[in-house]
Parts: sequence; structure tokens; C-alpha cells
Amino acid sequence: MKQILVDINKCLACKSCEIACAVTHSGSKDLYGAVLQERKPKQRVYVEAGDGLSFPLQCRQCEEPRCVQACMSGAMFRDTESGLVQNNSDKCVGCWMCVMVCPFGAIIQDTEEKKAIKCDRCMELEVPACVQACPTKAIKFTQIDDYSRAARKQYLTNFQISEEVK
Amino acid sequence: MRFANRSLDPAVRKMLGEANKDGIETVWDRFELQQPQCGFGLLGICCRNCIQGPCRIDPFGNGPQKGVCGAGADLIVARNLLRSVVGGTAAHADHAYEAAEALYLAATGKAPYEIKDEAKLKSVAAKLGIETAGKDKNELAREVAETAFADFANHGTSPMKWLTATAPQERVETWGKLGVLPRNPDREIRTAMHQTGMGVDSDPVNLILSAVKLGLVDGYGGLHLATDIQDILFGTPAPVVSEANLGVLKADHVNIVIHGHVPLLSEKIVEWAKKLADEARAAGASGIQLSGICCTGNEVLMRQGVPVANNFLAQELAITTGVVDAMVVDVQCIMPSLADISACYHTKLISTMPIAKLPGAQHIPFETDKVDETARQIVRTAIEAFKNRDPQKVNVPDEKSRVIAGFSVEAIVGALSKIDSEAPLKPLVDNIANGNVLGACAVVGCNNAKVIQDSFHVTMVKELLKNNVLVVATGCAAHALGKAGFLTPEAAEKYAGDTLKAVLTAVGNAAGLNAPLPPVLHMGSCVDNSRIGDLVSALAGYLKVAVKDLPIAASAPEYQHEKAIAIGTWAVSLGVFTHLGVVPPVLGSKQVATILTSEPVESLLGGKFYVETDPVKAAEGIIAHIKDKRAKLGI
Repeated sequence: MKQILVDINKCLACKSCEIACAVTHSGSKDLYGAVLQERKPKQRVYVEAGDGLSFPLQCRQCEEPRCVQACMSGAMFRDTESGLVQNNSDKCVGCWMCVMVCPFGAIIQDTEEKKAIKCDRCMELEVPACVQACPTKAIKFTQIDDYSRAARKQYLTNFQISEEVK
Repeated sequence: MRFANRSLDPAVRKMLGEANKDGIETVWDRFELQQPQCGFGLLGICCRNCIQGPCRIDPFGNGPQKGVCGAGADLIVARNLLRSVVGGTAAHADHAYEAAEALYLAATGKAPYEIKDEAKLKSVAAKLGIETAGKDKNELAREVAETAFADFANHGTSPMKWLTATAPQERVETWGKLGVLPRNPDREIRTAMHQTGMGVDSDPVNLILSAVKLGLVDGYGGLHLATDIQDILFGTPAPVVSEANLGVLKADHVNIVIHGHVPLLSEKIVEWAKKLADEARAAGASGIQLSGICCTGNEVLMRQGVPVANNFLAQELAITTGVVDAMVVDVQCIMPSLADISACYHTKLISTMPIAKLPGAQHIPFETDKVDETARQIVRTAIEAFKNRDPQKVNVPDEKSRVIAGFSVEAIVGALSKIDSEAPLKPLVDNIANGNVLGACAVVGCNNAKVIQDSFHVTMVKELLKNNVLVVATGCAAHALGKAGFLTPEAAEKYAGDTLKAVLTAVGNAAGLNAPLPPVLHMGSCVDNSRIGDLVSALAGYLKVAVKDLPIAASAPEYQHEKAIAIGTWAVSLGVFTHLGVVPPVLGSKQVATILTSEPVESLLGGKFYVETDPVKAAEGIIAHIKDKRAKLGI
């Protein structure tokens, strides 16, 4: 299963992912249309900056999601077919238990509807909008094993270079 | 058809196939790699004017609504817009100043140009209030050049002379009341840069008024000044027959492509290409074929009949034909990638201007006093390069269309005076009044990789002509329409509505063409939008109404350059309804977008911007506007 994974060395904090996410979750799915629409669309990814690094954070699609366990109305569920954690807004009562238990702060509130919203992994798209929008390809949509393989190779390259420098 | 999503031009599609095969990267490949483009930039809500930034405003209201300094979206968008207009205006004012300098040097015997058009010289001098009687052409030309210099050295509060001498009186009064009359082009450009810096102007409305002022600098200290001086130096265009598209390149000739915007050097290259034809033959070629790209191409098409190789987006593809021995560039719209592409062929890329150098190009400096030597060296460099052609790489597409260009205001009035020598504009006005000609639209501007090359121009113009709207064109828009066959008498038969066709036929026959006038009149380069301004001003004057009341419109369907934003701002200030086919970066501010496109600007200036990205709907919008103006005139 493919995951949204981030190469933290490449994020320049341009927030292109935030805009693309909001546009994808708008009525028109088009930048100009989204800006002009009365009710502004909401992004589900946030670029947060920490000690010398920036990171686009969205729902990590946990294998054992605390938000699902904490949801008392059964709105938050893990779709068995896709394996994705989704929120059924018809069932959501806006109690914010999910917000409290999510360690990533990935669940936000739809202020008009008073319901929880989060990254739905752009179910209808082959590649999520944030991944498509990332100009440095910091946000990847890839198999976890492929990502770790690439990371191992990178580690080896760095290791060899540092040996040569010695 | 392959590459139909990139260009309407069959020659371009063909060459794209070849470029693809050879691994040549073009503007379209790079455009795809840039997708998706930054939403903050597209909306105009990114500010980089101070080093506390860059700051961005969240267009959806969740994130920051103010930059570090406190500037909100309206202010940031207005400041960025003004800086764009300043950028475009600076390009045109610099161009015009170079022309004025060349005129001065020619008049004082310090540059080898001859003053070709004494009639234009006298008419420009008369408008400027310069006494013409008893002066020889050099003396008069010197005084005209000095009047241009005086505008650029105006330390007082009086408005620019070139503006008050050439703009309609009603407009000068309107602009005066708004406090937007420019004094000195350089000073206004400087002041606007100051105004948009961190911590200066915080008022979006005040910034937009400055954009209007800069638009006027563009119109009169850029466009009008450049056209006037270039006509004096090189002649006012008259109808001329030529050809357009990559098929004008000749495999057995030395091919020199001239590209850029300022004709001071290219006029001399035309001269030296004729003089050195024997040297080309001695090198084994059948002769020298010149062709143009962008507005330098338009300048030498209008005055010398030099054919057009292609327009902005296909500049790289000209080189991939393998027969371009030299591509000579001056300033503006020259893609940096030309150096990479010419390195894959025998083509000598020659830069000529001190502010436009390309790593990888050969630099042969243009200096006004030594222009003959420069032009001769350039032609000889091309002849030398011809000997290095790689026959394996030669691939010239067949496509080319016949074009008639050269429609200066003088030429149009000249053709109309064959019908009515007393009041030449009367036949045109009468036919507008009786509805045979519904109105007129100026289709101008660039290509833009966001639009399928030429497609917006062609699709929209077809609709306009079908509805009896006469079209005039300049710039890369004119090239697009030329390549597509609209600059011919046959196009009147094919595309014009019945009543427009009848008028074009009557004028064409009276002018001795034995055929209709083309339904699209090619009026020149981008600075020659001043000619369109003069034509509408003359029509308004004849009818004793303001320009804003005429059933006319302007459109930049595929614009890309800051210059187009400056020209558009001038057009709106003149009172013209101005369509844009690509969304300008202002939608991040509701206030700015509303001011530019609706009542606020219309009530003050008479014109407004109209943004529509669909060519058929744009034509409908333009036609609706024209009909509205007709109704208000009671015709």
C-alpha cells in the first residue's frame, strides 16, 4: 500500500501543498474558482516549522488509529478495502475526541459544519493533490519499502563520501 | 493530431515531433515541468519586497491574512500589479529613448542613419508645436529628438509633451482631474518603484491610480514616442506583401533570423544582407534569406517586407530546422534557452545589446555610430556559419501563408481617401453607423505557454469577423493571424460576415487592389499599438465623441509579458474595453480585481478590463460590449 511520505530535507515551506489541498476540496477544483467561492475551502495539510526544519503534516493513516478508537459516534472508521481512515460526516457530532487523541494534530474542524475533517488521501485521485503540487518532490506517494530502500542507499552514499573525505 | 495541445500551427506541431525525437527540450516541456504553478503567485498574494519576507496571504482565510509588515492581500496585489506595469513601461520607455537617441545622432551627423520620412517628421514636429518652416530635415529632426529628451529631463510639474501633443484633449482633461498625468517617464518609473517599497504606500486605490499614470507613460513615453521616431528614421509603413511561417526559411540560402524588438540594428541588417548577397553566393548559397520573430520581425515586415519565421513560442523551433545560420537578438522576449538549443546545431546565436547577453552566444555589440560595421559583421558571420551546415539536420517545414501588412494609420487613411478624399474617415464612420461594420477590435499581444499557441487568437477572431467586427492586429497576435491566413483578401471572403465583406471589397477596389482589404489589418509591432490609439482617437475626433463612447474593444488573448500589462493599462486609461485571455495575478484581492474589471474604473476612465479564458465567450463579451456602445450612440 502506498503512503504519503516526506523527505524532510527537501521541504522549503512554500505551502503549495496547502493550496493544492484546499483547491482539491473545493466545489470547482480550480484555483480561481476556489478563491471566488463564497465558503472558502479548507486544507487538510499544514506545513509546520520546527527547529530548523519544516514539514507538511497530514493524517498519517495509522494502522491502529486512535481517532477511530476514540470516536463515540462511529463516524471515524478505517475503510477495510482501501485501509484508509475516513470520517463519515453524517455521523460526526463534533465532540472533538479525535482531535484530542491524534498525536499529529492532523484532524481539524470545519468551522461552518462544526464537524471534524482530515486528509482523505484524495480518494478520487491516483496521486494525492499535495504530492502533485510539491515543487521539490519532498512529498512522495510511494510504497513504504521503496522509501526505506532509497533511504538506505542514500545512507550508504553519504557513508562512502565521509570515508573518502577521511 | 500530435501536439494539438501545444500549438495550432501545423509547422510548429511538425517541428515539435522532430525536436522530441532529437531530445530537444522546448518551452512546452519546461511549462509542463513547472506544473502545478504556485497558487500564491498565480493569485498575486506573495510579497518579496522586503527581506522580512517572503510573505504570503492565505487565500482561504485559515492562515495569515497579513504580511510581517501588516500588508494585507489588497495591498500586496496592488503593489505587485504596479511593479508589473512599471516593468513593462520601463521596457518601452527604454526602447523609445534609444530610438530618440539614434534620431539625434543621425540628425547631428554622428550616426549613419538617413532620415527617411520627412512628411512624418514634419507632422510629428507640428504636433509638438515645433516651427517647421525653413528648416532642413536634420535641423528639424534634432529639435524633435531634443523635445523627446526634454520629456525625460522634465524637472517641472508640467505633463509630458509627447502625451499632451498626441492624446485626445478630452482624455488629457480626464487624466488631469484624476491627478495621473505623468511628467517625466524616468521620474514616474522611479517614483513608482519607491511607492511600492516596504513601508511607503498602503493604499491599494492610490497604487492603482499610479498604475494608470504608468500606463500613460507606457502609451506616450514608450509606444507613441518609439513609433513616431522609428517612422521618421525608417519610413512610415505602407501596405506590403510578404509571407509568414517556418516555410519562409530557405534550405539553399543563408538564413538570418532577426528577433527582439528594437529595429535600429535590424534595419541595417536588411541593408547589408542585400549588399553582401554576392558573398553568400560565393559561399555556395543561392542568396540571403532574412526572416523575423517577435516585434523586430514586425518592424522589418512592416517597412521592408521581410517575412515572418514565427512568433514568440516557436522561437526555439526555428533553430531546429537546421538552416538558421544566424539568429540575431536585440532585447525583450528572447528565451534564455536559445543558447542551449543553438549549441545543438551550427546556428550562431548573436547577442547585440549591452543589457541582453546570453552565455553561449557570440556578442557583437550594437553601437549607434558603428551600426554599419556591426550589421556587416553579423551578415558575414552568418555566411561563415552557412559553410558549417549539417545536411543531416536540415528539416524545413513547407508551411507558409501569404500576408499583407504595413497598415499604418497613414496607409489606412490613404486607402479610405480613395473613396472620399475630403473626409477619408467618413466612409468608415458611415459604415459603422449603418451597421455594415458592427465595430472594431484590436487583437494584440503575445503567445503564452498557458494557451495552445495561436488558438485563442484564431478562434476569437473567427467569431468577431463572422459578426462583422473589423479586426486590427499587432505583435505576436498579428503573426498568429498571419500564419493562419487572416491577413489576405481571401480571408475576407472566407471569414467576414456579409456586410463587413462588402465594405472591405468596396475599399479594396477603390484602393486599386481589385480585391477586398484583408479583414485583419496588420498595424505593426507592440509599440505600434500607438497606431491603434491614434486611429481610435481620430475616429472619436471625427465623430466628436470620446474614445470611451466608440463601439470598439481591445483584446490580448495570449499575453505573457509585463509590457502587455502596461499596454493594457494604457488602453483602459484611454477608455477602451480591454479583454484579457489569461487570468492576471490579481484574484487574491477582491478589491483590486473588482476595481479593475467593473464600475470603479469604468466610471473614472471609461474603459475596464474584461477577463475571459474561453475564446468564443470572449468574442461574445466583446460583441455585447460593442452593441451596448452602439445603442448608447443611438446607432
